[in-house]
Amino acid sequence: MKEADLRKNNEEEVRSIISEVSNGGDGMLTGCLGQRYLGCGLRSGRLYLKGTPGNGLAAYLEGGSVYVDGNAQDAAADTMNDGLVAIKGSAGDALSYGMRGGRVYVLGSTGYRTGVHMKAYKDRKSVLVIGGRTGSFLGEYLAGGVIIVLGLSGEGPITGYFCGNGMYAGTIYLRTDDIPKCLSDSLSVHAVDDDEKETSIMPFVREFASLFSLDAEKIMESRFIAIEADGSVARGQHYAAV
Amino acid sequence: MKSSRYRIICYDDCIGCGRCASECSFDAITMKDHHPVFRHENCVDCQRCVELCPRGALSITRNPNRFRSHAVFSEDAIKEIRLQAETGGVLLSSMGSDADAVPVYFDKMLLNASQVTNPSIDPLREPMESVTFLGSRPEKVERLPDGTLADNLPPHLELSVPIMFSAMSYGAISLEVHKALAKAASKLGTYWNTGEGGLHESLRPYCPNTIVQVASGRFGVHADYLNSAAAVEIKIGQGAKPGIGGHLTGRKIVGDVSRTRMIPEGLDAISPAPHHDIYSIEDLSQLVMSIKEVTGFRKPVIVKVAAVHNIAPIASGIARSGADIIAIDGFRGGTGAAPKRIRDNVGIPLELAVAAVDQRLREEKIRDRVSLIASGGIRNSSDVAKAIALGADAVSIGTASLCALGCHLCASCHTGRCAWGIASQDPALTSRLDPDKGAEALVNLVNAWTSEIKEMMGGMGINSIEALRGNRLALRGVGLNEKELEILGIKHAGE
Repeated sequence: MKEADLRKNNEEEVRSIISEVSNGGDGMLTGCLGQRYLGCGLRSGRLYLKGTPGNGLAAYLEGGSVYVDGNAQDAAADTMNDGLVAIKGSAGDALSYGMRGGRVYVLGSTGYRTGVHMKAYKDRKSVLVIGGRTGSFLGEYLAGGVIIVLGLSGEGPITGYFCGNGMYAGTIYLRTDDIPKCLSDSLSVHAVDDDEKETSIMPFVREFASLFSLDAEKIMESRFIAIEADGSVARGQHYAAV
Repeated sequence: MKSSRYRIICYDDCIGCGRCASECSFDAITMKDHHPVFRHENCVDCQRCVELCPRGALSITRNPNRFRSHAVFSEDAIKEIRLQAETGGVLLSSMGSDADAVPVYFDKMLLNASQVTNPSIDPLREPMESVTFLGSRPEKVERLPDGTLADNLPPHLELSVPIMFSAMSYGAISLEVHKALAKAASKLGTYWNTGEGGLHESLRPYCPNTIVQVASGRFGVHADYLNSAAAVEIKIGQGAKPGIGGHLTGRKIVGDVSRTRMIPEGLDAISPAPHHDIYSIEDLSQLVMSIKEVTGFRKPVIVKVAAVHNIAPIASGIARSGADIIAIDGFRGGTGAAPKRIRDNVGIPLELAVAAVDQRLREEKIRDRVSLIASGGIRNSSDVAKAIALGADAVSIGTASLCALGCHLCASCHTGRCAWGIASQDPALTSRLDPDKGAEALVNLVNAWTSEIKEMMGGMGINSIEALRGNRLALRGVGLNEKELEILGIKHAGE
């Protein structure tokens, strides 16, 4: 696999690696120090990153895989359409905003506004699995797809305030018995039974576990709760046309 | 029985053909024994039946019944109170604000013309330049080591006329309207804008004249969509409802609308009020640059905002964010649906906003970093000329373009029952609009306005749009106070 060190700042070399990956090959960039938009719009190939890539990592991802050995900053996987992002560390705010398809796996924790307005469409279903915990506003405006938060690391509640505010489709699974604080009245919460665990959570936890060398079965021993939009509650504003 | 706002009147010329009943999509006319029967309370005054009656036998009037007049509590005010008391609902309206208490400054400004000195130009005999370029201008001329000019020009839009079509989404309006706009833009050498509902596959051939939008819901946004267009517009706000998001109900998300937005059929499409990843100019800059990154720095990026109180510093921030073009949508901008109180009470008139922004950007010496597009209530060619003289590079027309396609501003867009096939997804209604004829009407309209603009410019002794832009000396105010004149940056008539 070709490799370049971003600290040495050899633009030529970096470009050749990006083009190698764009053509479906493998490539590695080491020494990431906040460089923005790495893997932006990538369609194929495997991009390995070491260090701390900057904001907008893997934005508009169309395919291929981006692996990060380190932490990611804000707005990673923004409006991602397909492909895979695996972060062996934590991620900042606004992760997976408006994501429509593909899978994002974060071993550590994530910041505020994680998974806002994620979607699903036809064969595309956005999947976000977080090993640690998340900040407030997790899955606001969720319009489809699945968010799974495992709480394997970190301290305190598994997610912050206002989880799932305004969501109208999709599911948030939390590996806990505790209902998040300030949960909106228009959401419903249920304990996840074994069938649902097996079909809706296990496939993604298995991939998550294999990416980060963890034991999926052990993770799945714990109980999960699911948060969904309550279909019986009217959404939005009540209008009177003039 | 509830009183109706309008009364449909049928004259003796009626031959009982039933055309009016088949055209009415609001269930206000049915036929019984070869005679039309009216349910006046359902009439929205869209004028479809009147225009299509082969005998000219119909007219619609306001119901002569009126409430006892009161200087403060008007009939509409009382009716709205009663409606809300009955339903508990937020008042919903559509199209742009008709709040008549807010002045239309275009009507209070007059254009100049040359007399004796500085002779006027006859556009029929002398060249008159209407081509307009939108985008960022390089700050200085750069030369290569061999002395030749370096091409450091950022990507631009080239408009053969300074008039574009405003963003209106597929879902809010029909595919037939999108087709008409796309065809007209392509024929005219200008641009149309998809709005936030994505770009229908069949319109790909018009991509070179298409601006695609990225709004908070990110519907239909993906790398190919962004790369297919001539430019990408980030929608922060719109003039009809500044600070408010959008909500297209699930029943309008059917078939191709669902495919184009890339969301399942029947699921609501909610555009949150803010972009949840934009909390600052730095965040905006990040989105601008990520769009440039994914489009290979080949497309200009537009940021559209509503005209609001601090528009000048907001525009200054946008100009510094890396955006190439700022679109300012004024108080009178149209919409498919907006809460009436927001529409009629939030935001500021376009004229003041454009003047304030142009002035501020000039003072900060960053005017050339961005181009300005003005929209929101532009009705005719003199509004265009005045907007450009106040500092806009070009304008966009939404409501006016829909009027060219048959809209009569009945403001019933939110019902989805538009009898003119504009704001509807019902094939029985949308098939009433022929995209080819629609495109022809739009081309005619823009060509007519362009001829008028050229004549106005010629009269002023100006022979290019470039020379009119920000040329405040071409304007004088009438009946405006000193503060208004100061903000508009113009003198009073007679000065």
